[in-house]
Amino acid sequence: MKSKKNLLTIAAAVVLAAGGILYAADHLDAPAVSNQSTDVTDLYVFRGQTTSNLVFVANTQGLLSPAVTGTAKFDEKTLLEFNIDNNNDNVEDLVIQAIVKNGKMKVYGPYKPSQTGTKSVISESDFSAQTDVTMYGETAKIGEQNGIKVFAGPRDDPFFFDLVQFKKVIAGTASGFNKPGADSFAGTNVLSVVIEVPKSKLGGTGSLNVWLESKKAIN
Amino acid sequence: MKLSISLFTLLAGGLLFASCKKNDNTPQTVYEMQDQMGRPAINTVFVSTGEKDMFNTTVPSQMNAAFFSKFKTKLLALNPGYTTNALGQTADQLIGLLSTDVLNASTTAPTTFFDGTNILTGRALADDVIDVELLLLFGGPTGASNPTLTSDNVSANDKMFLSAFPYLATPH
Repeated sequence: MKSKKNLLTIAAAVVLAAGGILYAADHLDAPAVSNQSTDVTDLYVFRGQTTSNLVFVANTQGLLSPAVTGTAKFDEKTLLEFNIDNNNDNVEDLVIQAIVKNGKMKVYGPYKPSQTGTKSVISESDFSAQTDVTMYGETAKIGEQNGIKVFAGPRDDPFFFDLVQFKKVIAGTASGFNKPGADSFAGTNVLSVVIEVPKSKLGGTGSLNVWLESKKAIN
Repeated sequence: MKLSISLFTLLAGGLLFASCKKNDNTPQTVYEMQDQMGRPAINTVFVSTGEKDMFNTTVPSQMNAAFFSKFKTKLLALNPGYTTNALGQTADQLIGLLSTDVLNASTTAPTTFFDGTNILTGRALADDVIDVELLLLFGGPTGASNPTLTSDNVSANDKMFLSAFPYLATPH
């Protein structure tokens, strides 16, 4: 464990030395996942246009310039998993899983996972909806089954933050933010998965704790 | 006796065959955690460079025990004058909230990081989450402390969001 940690520290130092890394909402926040399909940039959870629904957004692979967006792809070995705790113990009671297979983003759940924590499997019988992945430049393709909607494809990064100035503040080379600030994420894209679910499928008594995990196939 | 053995062999063979058939489907794929997030920018602001990967693979129920004191040290390094914030939270209360990195989401109220009325009931696309966090970290009890640190002066996205699914704007 200790040697693993040291290794990570060294790896982190090497990556930092390579320079120019932006750390954001969760954009490229960790050396082990930087610039990979497993790099989660943001999580959003909000009420849908139909207010009895809740929308879950997972953004990945941040800071895509328009020039490279067309080649960015979801990975068949990367599972995106919304973890939902509906009894306030910060352990997932339900998961919504999304993974791409043959150009289709497949959604499983919400369902109760057979195990909680750092490892997951997919329960095929809990498949709920799917959509063709929308290609760069295409009109959004939306799948809808079992009351669940799904979209997967490139989108504008909805995050906005003067991260460059923030880093200067943290580093002690600036005393505060500029006015106006500069959005470090303007003009960049992410790969998004958007899933809209009836609240009735989420359980709980009015309040949920949600977190997003990316998980990589290990066998 | 012999007959029963043959029967047994047949049965066993059948069972083996059945289980082989099942295994043709290849063993169930196991997926292991690589990255995670709840609230925006928590890892970015509070986790030191060498521990970012560790934070990303610590399950939320164990985060408080692993990171509370580190986060508190970081808060007081960023803002040595921290007393309370606009929510009336002491350093321990604020860090107690933030060190378990989950996004709270209401299934009854409007969903927002903070809209002046609702607090931490979700995260909508247009929410200026960074300003909310900066205000809670640097703004002091009235929100008026450290005025150059309580907003990044970027208050909206560079594209309009959609009112209907999938809500996020088309790519650049």
